[in-house]
Amino acid sequence: MTDHAISVSSHRGEPRVSPIYDPKVRSIFFQILTAVIVVLVTWSISHNVSVNLARANIASGYSFLAGRSGFDIGFAMISYSSDSTYGDALLVGLINTILIAITGIFTATIIGFLIGIGRLSRNWLIAKLCTVYVEVFRNIPPLLVIFFWYSGVLSSLPQVRDSLKLPFNMFLNNRGLAFPKPLWGDGAYLISVAVLVGVIATLAIAMWAKQRQMRTGKQFHTIWAGAGLIVGLPLLTFLALGAPLSFDYPIAGRFNLSGGSVIAPEFVALYLALSFYTAAFIAEIIRAGIRGVPKGQSEASFALGLQPSTTTRLVVIPQAMRIIIPPLTSQYLNLTKNSSLGVAIGFPELVSTGGTTMNQTGQAVEVISIWLVVYLTISIVTSLFMNWFNAKMALVER
Amino acid sequence: MKKTLLSAALGTAVLGFASAASAATLDDVKAKGFVQCGVNTGLAGFAQPDSAGNWKGFDVDYCKAVAAAIFGDATKVKYTPTTAQSRFTALQSGEIDLLARNSTWTINRDTALGFNFRYVNYYDGQGFMVPKSLNVKSALELSGAAVCVQAGTTTELNLADYFKANKLEYKPVVFEKLEEVNAAYQAGRCDVYTTDQSGLYSLRLSLSNPTDHVILPEIISKEPLAPAVRQGDDKWFDIVTWTGYALVQAEEFGITQANVDDIKKSSTNPDVRRFLGVEKDTKIGTDLGLTNDWAYNIIKGVGNYGEVFERNIGANTPLKIQRGLNALWTKGGLQYAPPVR
Repeated sequence: MTDHAISVSSHRGEPRVSPIYDPKVRSIFFQILTAVIVVLVTWSISHNVSVNLARANIASGYSFLAGRSGFDIGFAMISYSSDSTYGDALLVGLINTILIAITGIFTATIIGFLIGIGRLSRNWLIAKLCTVYVEVFRNIPPLLVIFFWYSGVLSSLPQVRDSLKLPFNMFLNNRGLAFPKPLWGDGAYLISVAVLVGVIATLAIAMWAKQRQMRTGKQFHTIWAGAGLIVGLPLLTFLALGAPLSFDYPIAGRFNLSGGSVIAPEFVALYLALSFYTAAFIAEIIRAGIRGVPKGQSEASFALGLQPSTTTRLVVIPQAMRIIIPPLTSQYLNLTKNSSLGVAIGFPELVSTGGTTMNQTGQAVEVISIWLVVYLTISIVTSLFMNWFNAKMALVER
Repeated sequence: MKKTLLSAALGTAVLGFASAASAATLDDVKAKGFVQCGVNTGLAGFAQPDSAGNWKGFDVDYCKAVAAAIFGDATKVKYTPTTAQSRFTALQSGEIDLLARNSTWTINRDTALGFNFRYVNYYDGQGFMVPKSLNVKSALELSGAAVCVQAGTTTELNLADYFKANKLEYKPVVFEKLEEVNAAYQAGRCDVYTTDQSGLYSLRLSLSNPTDHVILPEIISKEPLAPAVRQGDDKWFDIVTWTGYALVQAEEFGITQANVDDIKKSSTNPDVRRFLGVEKDTKIGTDLGLTNDWAYNIIKGVGNYGEVFERNIGANTPLKIQRGLNALWTKGGLQYAPPVR
């Protein structure tokens, strides 16, 4: 075929080429063929499934989602009881999955950054420790890391009747960390308004300070002003409202601590495991990103008289980010998807509550399709956000 | 070359339209030469591999009885360990031919899930186990407790209903695998362990100090545990069901693994002779799609219901479960076989 292509182009005087050898026709033909095959295969699979389900007398459809679930979930961020629907149960799982993903990504990024920079440290001990960390966590399957943390958390903490008493009426035992639950009184929403005002004001100040520095070269301590605004303003509002806050304290009951809020050990174990595991990969990405910035850049920066810290912040990191962000995105996606391993330690995330729903209703195909759609959506949203962030960080040619 | 590949792919796609799970399970089983049986992942007395890797237990013996009925050889079984969550999918998808995994017969499973249950091989009920040190005498004292339970079971639903009906509060601690629930209970992650009472007796044995745990008197549900098959294959359903009734009928006749040969030779009772397939012109076995000595093979392979019970979970085993509801109907229990004629 390659020979023909060459011979065709070399004999431009002869336009009569059989359509079979016309690259354009061929490409259109194969594209249509591929599309037809994809459609046929998809149709055949779905048809096959529905025929098989009908033959096995299995009810199908998504109407089961509105049915009463009848089972309880130990860790729910929204109000949920056995009277809620299967749809609610899946929603509880989804929220728990997102919670793990967001907190995990946040922590993994921080740990990863520290370890990644640590590996580049001139301090021998720090560099070696960070290397050991990366090699250990990167080479263990995530499920084992989760089991490690879970049994670690369960076995090292005291039994509920010997709870460790911490300051502020907090209790730590192998059923989790119980702490006083804040109960907000009247007008408490004004405090969150104050936080919002503080944040907006800080952003405004930051923009003004940047412009002024551009104009006059004078620097402004935005950090301190911002901290004052974001913390001080809500605090003043709180006091002005007469401190509308009371606490629901955990009290030792016959079996458990009752009252207060509890962070379950399953959550902590999954959160720590995923954070530490993913951080090892992020550390390598960070290190590669920083190494990828040519040495001349920092040398030029030093030659201009910039401090090493300023050089890192203003010259090296922004350029390293362009290398870091694309692989970082896939690590974020990995962490989100790995959260489904929480089912192994009984953390009620989407796969866990979905699995129970599937078993109680027998709607395997439907529940699995919901899983697929949800994980796909979460991943695509994460990707879109990171692509946007990548575009923003990309080199702006002047 | 490319074209042949393409047409092959197309052909497969077209052929795929019609292919669906085969309905004649008996033919499949006979063709492959063994029964693929879904059992528990490991529940002492009911289904557990021994140190040599051989599956043993009450439910395992049921699988063996079905194999004996079909092949005349109780060893022609392959086991698929299933979790509470994977069991029904395994059966629906055709991965297993038969589910003998202490599964409760409910109307929902019988209808919406597309299964058939008929013969109840163990009448059970849900109970609670607590450490003795908690000094709990009744399940009604359990308000505020953390309760360990296996995900996707009727147990999980009964638990929610019972605590709601009695206006008690609890915190569910839910795991998919039995082993994980055990580990959590043992680690003190929860105060109470709930499952079918037979399961509690079995699980208590696997704890490091079985005597430190008590099983509360309340039984909060009816749990008829029955082998399940897919709907839509009545012939296979009949074989699985009548295997169970044959076990019960054998106990009623007093036929045991040890005396079955003698009785087969010497019995003059037409009922017994028909049952064992030695009565002239009997067609019971062939009507089932098996041979006429199917019941003989079952008894020769695993014994009668009472023997299976006593061997795996009865008074002389570590589980020490009384026959109770599972005694023969002639002895005040519920085990009753329709006439084999």
